[in-house]
Amino acid sequence: MRIKLEKRREPSLAMLVATPIASVLLTMLIGIVVFDLIGIKGFKAVVDIFLSPLLASYKWQDVALKAAPLVIIALGLSMGNRAQVWNIGAEGQYVIGALCSAGVGIAFGQTGGFFVVLLMIAAGVAGGGLWAAVPAWLRTRFNVNEILSSLMLTYISFQVLGYLVGGPWKDPNGRNFPATAPLADSQTLPVWPDSTVHLGVLIALILPFVFWVIMARSEFGYQVRVVGSSATAARHGGFDSKRTIWATLIIGGAMAGLAGAFEFTGVLHKIDLGFASGYGFTAIIVAFLGRLNPFGCLIAGIVLAVTYVGGQMAQTSVHIPNSTAGIFQAMMLFFILASDILVRYRIRVIPTAKAAGV
Amino acid sequence: MGIDFIIAAIITVVGLTTPILLAGLGELVVEKSGVLNLGVEGMMLMGAISGFAVTVFTFNPWFGVLGAAAGGALASLLFAVLVLQLNSNQVATGLALTIFGTGLSSLMGLSFTGRIVVPFLSVFPDSLAKHEYLQLIFGYSPIVYFALIMVPLTTWFLKSTRAGLILRAVGENDLSAHSIGYSVIKVRYAAIAFGGAMAGIGGCYFSMVITPMWAEKMTAGRGWIALALVVFAGWRTGRLLAGAYFFGILMALELYAKASGFSFLPSQFWAAMPYAMTVVALSFISSRGTAGANAPACLGKPFLPST
Repeated sequence: MRIKLEKRREPSLAMLVATPIASVLLTMLIGIVVFDLIGIKGFKAVVDIFLSPLLASYKWQDVALKAAPLVIIALGLSMGNRAQVWNIGAEGQYVIGALCSAGVGIAFGQTGGFFVVLLMIAAGVAGGGLWAAVPAWLRTRFNVNEILSSLMLTYISFQVLGYLVGGPWKDPNGRNFPATAPLADSQTLPVWPDSTVHLGVLIALILPFVFWVIMARSEFGYQVRVVGSSATAARHGGFDSKRTIWATLIIGGAMAGLAGAFEFTGVLHKIDLGFASGYGFTAIIVAFLGRLNPFGCLIAGIVLAVTYVGGQMAQTSVHIPNSTAGIFQAMMLFFILASDILVRYRIRVIPTAKAAGV
Repeated sequence: MGIDFIIAAIITVVGLTTPILLAGLGELVVEKSGVLNLGVEGMMLMGAISGFAVTVFTFNPWFGVLGAAAGGALASLLFAVLVLQLNSNQVATGLALTIFGTGLSSLMGLSFTGRIVVPFLSVFPDSLAKHEYLQLIFGYSPIVYFALIMVPLTTWFLKSTRAGLILRAVGENDLSAHSIGYSVIKVRYAAIAFGGAMAGIGGCYFSMVITPMWAEKMTAGRGWIALALVVFAGWRTGRLLAGAYFFGILMALELYAKASGFSFLPSQFWAAMPYAMTVVALSFISSRGTAGANAPACLGKPFLPST
C-alpha cells in the first residue's frame, strides 16, 4: 500500500471550509495535552483562551474592538495575497495611518466635529496607502521584493512614531512621557451608547461585503485572481500585472491605515510608544485562516480576537504569560498551512497489487 | 575623543554585530538552498532561552551554546516539515515560526526570569583579555570568534565543496538537481537546520553574553535585521561580513546618540538607518535583475516534482 498525492483540478470547497475549523479544534486539543504535560492546567487554559470571552457577555465589547482592526487589515492583505503580492508591512502602514490621523487632529487644535473626524480617518487611509505605495514603486520600478521592503518600512515607521511622539508631538502636559496629548472629545470616533464599541466596528462588519463584491463580481477582482494564478495568463489576457501590484499594495496599506486611524480615534485617543501592538502581523494569520475570503476573514478575525482577549483572561486565571495566546495563534496558522495540501491535492491510498500466481 | 572611547566603541560594535552575523550566515545558506525562512527572530529567541536554560542547569556555557544551537535547529525543523513535506507557503510559515518562537520562548522562560548566569566571556587569560589595548583582540566571548571563523568556513563550503555545490544547485534549479538524482528535500532540511542552529547561537549571545539573563523578546527585532542583511549582502558571504559590521556601526551610533544626546540628528534616525539602507541596497541589487542580484532562482518557491 502506498499513499499518493493527486492534484485536484479545482480546489476542494469542502476542504477549504473544513480545514480552518479543524485547525482551530486541533489547536485546542493539542493545547490541552501539551499544557498539561508542562504542568499548566491545559483544559482550563484552553477554555479560558478560546471560550471564556464568548461566554462572558461583558467581554464581547473587547472582542469586537480587537476583531475590528484584524478584520479590516486582513481584508486588504488577502486581496494582495490573491494576486501573489506579499505585503507583510501592514503593521507599519497601520502606524503611519494613525500618525497621519493624529497629525490632522493636531493641526485642527481643539476644533472637532464630523468633518474633522472624517478628515482624520481619510488621512489615515491616505497615509497607510502612501506608505504601502513605496514597496509598490520599488517592486514595479526596481523589481524589489515587497516582502522585504514592506517589512523594512515597518521598522522605519516605528522610528518615525518614536521621533514624533517623543519630540514635536509630545504632550506638553504629559510629565515628559513620550505620547501625544489625548484627543479632544469632539475629535473622537462616535461610540455606541453606554459601551466602548466605536463606529469602526460597524464598518468592519460592512467591509467584508464590499470586498466580496469587488473580488467576486468586478473586473478588477477577476484581474487580481488571474494575475495571482499565473503571470503568463495575465499577460495573455492583456492584464497589466504592474497595475495589480500597485492597486493591491495600496489597498492593503489603505486598509491598515484605516484600522490605525480607527484604533487611534476610537479606542486609544492618543499615540504612545506601545501603539504598534501587532495587529498588522496577526492580520496575516487572519487572512490565511480566513482562506483569503472576505467572510472567512471576518470569522477568522473574531476567532483571533477571542484568543487575544482570552489570553489576557488566562493570564490572571491560570497565570500563564500573555504570549501564550501567540503560541495558539501560531499553532492555528501552522495547521492551516499544513492542511493547505488537502485543498489542492487528493490523497489516494493505492493498495499494492498482489503478485499474480503466488 | 580619547583612545578609551574608541576601544569601547569598537567593542560595542563587535557585540552588536555578532548576533546578526551568525543569524545572517545561517539564513544565507538557507536561502542559497532556495528556501526563504522568515522565522529567524523566532529561532533566535528559542536559541536565547535554550542556551540560557542549559547554562543554568549545567553551569557550563559551552553546553549552553550547544543547547542554543539545538533549540534553534529544532524550531527550524518545524518550519522545514511544513514547507518541505507539506509544501506550505514559505512566507506565512516563516511568520508563524516567529510568532511561535516568541510565544514559546516566553513560556519556557517563565521560571528563568530574574536568574543570572556567569557571562560567557573571553577564555584568554586576563593579562590579554583585560589588557588596555589587547582586549580588542582577546577580550571577546568565544561566540564572537566562532562567528568570525564561520564566515570563511561558510564561503569555503559553498564555493569549494561538493556538498556546497549541490546545495547551490538545489537553490538555483531544484527540478534539474532532482532529475540528476540529488535529494532536494534532504539538502533543504540540512540547510534549514543549519540556519536554525546559527540563529539559535546568535540568539544566545543576548541571554548569555550581553545581559546575561533572560528577558521576553530580548532579541528586539535583530532577526529581521539579519534577514535584511542577507539581501543587503547580495547573498555573498564576504559582503555579509562587511554588511554586518556596517549595520553594527549604525546600531552603535543609535546607542551613542541616545546616551549622549548627541543631537544634530535624533537617535531614531540612526535606528532607522539599517532598514533604510537595506531598502536602498535592495533597489540597487534588484534592478540589475535576478542574475545580477545573485539571488537563488528558486528562492521561496515550493518544490513540486512531477513524479
